[in-house]
Amino acid sequence: MTARAERMRGWGFVAPALIWTLAFFVVPFLVMGAMSLATLEGRTLVWGVSLANYAELTEKAYLWRAILVSLEITLTVTVVSVLLAYPLASIIAFRVPPRWQRLALLLAILPFWTSYVVRSYAWLLVLAREGVVNQALIGLGLVSEPVTLANTRFATVTGFVHFFVMLLTLTIYANLIQLSPNYRRAATDLGASAFQTFRHVTLPLALPGIVTGAFLTFVLCIGDYVTPQILGGNTELTVPQVIMVQLGRRADFPLASALAIVLMGIVTLAYLASARWLRLDRL
Amino acid sequence: MIRLLPWLYLAAAFAFIYLPVGALVLFSFQAGNLPVPPFNGPSTRWYADVLADDDLTGALANSLLVALGSSAVAVSLGFGAAYGLARHVLPGSALLRGLLIAPLTVSYLIVGLGLLIVLTRAGLGLSLWTAAIGHVVINLPLAFAILYASMGAQQQNAERAARDLGADEARVVLLVTVPMLMPAIAAAFFLSVTLSWDEFIIAFLLTRFDVTLPVEIWSMLRSGLSPRLNAIGSLVFLVSVTAVVILETLVFRKRRP
Repeated sequence: MTARAERMRGWGFVAPALIWTLAFFVVPFLVMGAMSLATLEGRTLVWGVSLANYAELTEKAYLWRAILVSLEITLTVTVVSVLLAYPLASIIAFRVPPRWQRLALLLAILPFWTSYVVRSYAWLLVLAREGVVNQALIGLGLVSEPVTLANTRFATVTGFVHFFVMLLTLTIYANLIQLSPNYRRAATDLGASAFQTFRHVTLPLALPGIVTGAFLTFVLCIGDYVTPQILGGNTELTVPQVIMVQLGRRADFPLASALAIVLMGIVTLAYLASARWLRLDRL
Repeated sequence: MIRLLPWLYLAAAFAFIYLPVGALVLFSFQAGNLPVPPFNGPSTRWYADVLADDDLTGALANSLLVALGSSAVAVSLGFGAAYGLARHVLPGSALLRGLLIAPLTVSYLIVGLGLLIVLTRAGLGLSLWTAAIGHVVINLPLAFAILYASMGAQQQNAERAARDLGADEARVVLLVTVPMLMPAIAAAFFLSVTLSWDEFIIAFLLTRFDVTLPVEIWSMLRSGLSPRLNAIGSLVFLVSVTAVVILETLVFRKRRP
């Protein structure tokens, strides 16, 4: 077989996937980019190169506010999830006997596979006025009246943290389990306290797992529409919620596209900030 | 006390992780009309109610159809691309790999939005087909990555042997490569099914009259808390868990032959 024929055959295998990705991902993406530069005059779409939609983001308070709300929620969720997931992953990796570890990990992340919509609904159920948490608090005599938990930012953050603790436990565990116990033994032999061993040995080595999980958390959290929509009430809107409002009520595709591009810009910045430690290929 | 601390943390973490799922499943057996304490079951009336609801069972069938169909397409395309790039020398193969993986880095909302704009501009109607197209877009990179990573030298030697013995390329692929990669192919397929089965935002944006189950559940949510939602949610969870356990067994077997 000549090199040329061989290459043609290779293309034959790659072509279907390539054409699919170009037609249904790259082209829509480029059209969306062009759409973000178009404008809406009345109800008709005018193609062109205008930065009016991006200017609107800085001029209209509710759009700017949505970007801030999204960032605040996402950063809170990322930090809280890392702080909760690290001890969990560490206990499973270092305390649970090896033969039970796989089972413990599987159990720890099983609810991860509940559908997004169902999981948020389940939290609504737990946090509702008459829900499990309020009934427990009243039963314990901690409060006398039900506390408003659902339809708040607290509920959104709780729903997110629940999901991302599981994701982060997985990435951090995968990292910790690869570390040789000899490193920690050596540190202890050299007189390091438990905290010093953690601070100077385990934590730096676990950083790729933590950063990879934190990056995924950031990306998935900031792009999610379902959790804030179900749990957050409508007191404050995130960027994905504002995008959906543009699509529904006003059919303002140009503004929705501009918001989507901004969202991608934020994700790109997060990627650049964490690229040094990212190990996406190891997942 | 300090020795107990890790185990207390473990218990608290598991309680937090299982709290919503536990409440969901428990109150799906509620006899009354509200899925909140006190529990007054068990009763299976809401399951009977859900299974008798044509909208829900229709949506469930749609979801299965979209999940199985889109996963079959995603895995086939992903396999072709992985085989082509792993076994043939192509110019710009690093770029091609990057392009095929790219949809993974973009949130589902943006993938759905882009497709929605193009489809409405092109005057194509929204249907289960368009939702399936979207699901292939998000699952193809995963299938490709899993299969590309599993194409090792071991299969390549077997492929060469088959070729030396006179097999043409089609036979090599179908009789050697596919059977040898079956665990990876199955893993990619089940992962794909799980993700598509649960997926909401793309299905929400790209369907109209016939909808998938998550979209149907979404519209039920407007009427507030109900044990019906608990029942259907528990069933969805059960399907996902089954797929994950199958996946886990396959991966598990692969790692410890």
